[in-house]
Amino acid sequence: MTDTYTRLVSQGLGKDLAKRLGLPVPAVLRRYTPGQPLVTGPVLVQGSTPGADELAATLLSWNLDVRRHAVPREKLGAIILVLDGLATPEDLERPVLSAAASLRDLGPGARFITVSRPAAEAGDPAEAAARQGVDGFVRSLAKELRAGATANGIVLADDVQTTSPSALGALRFFLSGRSAFVDGQFLTVSSANGTLPADSDRPLAGKVAVVTGAARGIGAAIARTLHRDGATLVLVDIPAAGDHLAAVANEVHGTALQLDISRADAGQRILEHTLQRHGHLDILVHNAGITRDKLLANMDHARWNAVLDINIAAQLRINDALLASDHFRGAPRIVSVASTSGIAGNRGQTNYAASKGGVMGMVRATAPLLAARGGTINAVAPGFIETEMTARIPFAVREVGRRLNALQQGGLPSDVAEAIAFLASDAAGGINGDILRVCGQNLVGA
Amino acid sequence: MSVNGQSATGPQESTSPAATGATPSVRRAVIVGGNRIPFARSGGAYTKSSNQDMLTAALDGLIARFGLQDERIGEVAAGAVLKHSRDFNLTREAVLGSALSAETPAYDLQQACATGLETVLGLANKIKLGQIDSAIAGGVDSASDAPIAVSEGLRGVLLDLSRAKTLPQRLQVLSRLRPKDLAPDAPSTGEPRTGLSMGEHQALTTAQWNISRESQDELAFNSHRNLAAAYDAGFFDDLLTPYRGLAKDSNLRADTTLEKLATLKPVFGKGLGAEATMTAGNSTPLTDGASTVLLASEEWAQAHDLPMLATVVDGEAAAVDFVHGKDGLLMAPAFAVPRLLARNGLTLDDFDFFEIHEAFAGTVLSTLAAWEDEDFGRTRLGLDGAFGSIDRAKLNVNGSSLAAGHPFAATGGRIVASLAKMLQAQGHVNGRPARGLISICAAGGQGVVAILEAA
Repeated sequence: MTDTYTRLVSQGLGKDLAKRLGLPVPAVLRRYTPGQPLVTGPVLVQGSTPGADELAATLLSWNLDVRRHAVPREKLGAIILVLDGLATPEDLERPVLSAAASLRDLGPGARFITVSRPAAEAGDPAEAAARQGVDGFVRSLAKELRAGATANGIVLADDVQTTSPSALGALRFFLSGRSAFVDGQFLTVSSANGTLPADSDRPLAGKVAVVTGAARGIGAAIARTLHRDGATLVLVDIPAAGDHLAAVANEVHGTALQLDISRADAGQRILEHTLQRHGHLDILVHNAGITRDKLLANMDHARWNAVLDINIAAQLRINDALLASDHFRGAPRIVSVASTSGIAGNRGQTNYAASKGGVMGMVRATAPLLAARGGTINAVAPGFIETEMTARIPFAVREVGRRLNALQQGGLPSDVAEAIAFLASDAAGGINGDILRVCGQNLVGA
Repeated sequence: MSVNGQSATGPQESTSPAATGATPSVRRAVIVGGNRIPFARSGGAYTKSSNQDMLTAALDGLIARFGLQDERIGEVAAGAVLKHSRDFNLTREAVLGSALSAETPAYDLQQACATGLETVLGLANKIKLGQIDSAIAGGVDSASDAPIAVSEGLRGVLLDLSRAKTLPQRLQVLSRLRPKDLAPDAPSTGEPRTGLSMGEHQALTTAQWNISRESQDELAFNSHRNLAAAYDAGFFDDLLTPYRGLAKDSNLRADTTLEKLATLKPVFGKGLGAEATMTAGNSTPLTDGASTVLLASEEWAQAHDLPMLATVVDGEAAAVDFVHGKDGLLMAPAFAVPRLLARNGLTLDDFDFFEIHEAFAGTVLSTLAAWEDEDFGRTRLGLDGAFGSIDRAKLNVNGSSLAAGHPFAATGGRIVASLAKMLQAQGHVNGRPARGLISICAAGGQGVVAILEAA
């Protein structure tokens, strides 16, 4: 499960050798641990709009080392490019090329983050062109950055300020080690909802979270991350995985609920257990999922149905049960695990990709229902993640899958968990119906 | 309401059967839930697991189910029938290896196959008296990892050797050693005072009560069918945590039939003259496994936002003189139950579930036959006639030991947790809490029985 190659080429002789041979040299990513500084160095805020000024002032109030103009040869922790006033594609030139002059000063694990407006809300074609241009720009720059540095963007609805809670929440997520394996992606802030946490190391304090498929892999990592962030946990998995589930539950001081989520009454059982033990249910993470890979020509009903039922139909049924309950109120959160297979497709995974595509459709359509009760629903789409499941892929295929992204390595289960923890937090209250890829920017399809 | 031990205080005011155990000075002890690992036939999935491993696993599953991590439980009591001498503090060691607070006290208890139920009754009594607020009862047994002792001869030599001070003394002690002393002393399920195995003892009783082969096979068949149906219905989803790759009791034969059971050759009672009726199909196999039950006062359960499935109403132990052949080895419950019911002002008609441990199908059927026998009722129980009969539809409705297997000390916890869940699901019957009777026979001619009611 460990990426031996990355370890080998990250230092000493191996690093030297890989460079000489022209082999990929994946960086050891900067990952979050509590108490860690938000960024690794000074933050350069570029852009001349009022939104840029306000944002810079807020960053200063966080005691960050903020620069409005580049200091030559000073190593930077991040560049924030505020592009919230673009009217025409020509408006891109000055800020973009000004930032470009500082790219070589970005340190290892640094961040490049744009703040812009959605093309769909533009007043005229030129404005839409400028706004959409940011999308292509960020995705290309992400592929140019090295040494674990990433480029991502925040898209703010026209009526949302650069200093709204979720604009700042998304900014903190992208700046921090929590977004280590998120690269070339955008988070869309659609409302001014949300609140920043009192304690940024325990943003989920007081929350009760349910995680399905929590016995191992990504699910277990989600449990550990939500626990670290302060949540109280109810962990769900099939009865046959109960021993692994119990071990995770005891590690994170949660309760184990052995339950097959494909049962018709699964939502009700989750509600009953959670309300009896904890009195409220604030966060639901739909992580449970299965694969039954087969080329479509060889697909049978059992494989197709099992995947569709567990990966999407069960989520729909459980959501219905929760939304029908009076106890899923007060800014509730649902976060689903989708997959880049559902976006870009994957040979042999027509059933899985259909189910994960279904998850994304469900998330977008359920967003208004959650908004009506002050809540949100979002999805995270993992790419190649180092798990027991991917460890079983044949070596050569695995090695290709692992390297074919901008960060030249597979992600860790905790990288997916960090994105979920962010979307489940109060700080993400203005992000609803969004899909965030945690894929190191897969080079194909996404 | 009658008070424990004072049933002879005259007629009750209430016409409905008395719910007992709760008096103004004694509070209620409730069953919050349970957890066990699947039971494995000996030599199977748990061959390499010790009693401590299995008990710790069962505890950790219980802790995970009820969120008891780092909790200081009032007391934990458990035990094993087949026990290594190094396991003198088995339960405490299991607690230390579990996710409970290391400040949780624990003790071992041993009453043969009644161990598990006796831990429940003893701890429930402590809760009722206010000595503790929470408790975990349990039991474990491994027939695979059974202790093997050295012979008495070798043991004597080794002990003397450790006391010898000089080389000549040591050589003299060693010279006493004979080849036969080197043969190990394996444990057996034989009764020390009769030399008969438990199966041979039951064969005597089965023959005495004229229990037919067909009725024994039918009981075994029902046990498998009921246990399989319970698994299919998800009944064990919150009673069991998988262990070592096993998610169901390995002895369960969901596809067994009466025809298949009828083909098995008898294994016990072959030298009795009468037809031998006891087979491997209607006797429990040697089994490995562990079970736990979480008990609490109502206040503790409420303060911890935990469910209350059932209350532990009352319990009774009995023993018979099997050595002189007065009664069958496993017939003590036939005496314990009438005493328990009399004390509580109840009859067999006042129960919704009967959990009679299936050591052998013949044990259950001999007990029922004794209760239905006028002569036994008059001469042995001191009643006017037969003690009574039970509605077979209420017997072991989710399967019992013939299907699940029987890791001796773990059986009590299996039954208590399962029955508590059934009682809670049943709720109230005819305006009273659903009520269940547990009966467990044990080696040494003993038996422990208990009454549970829906909380």
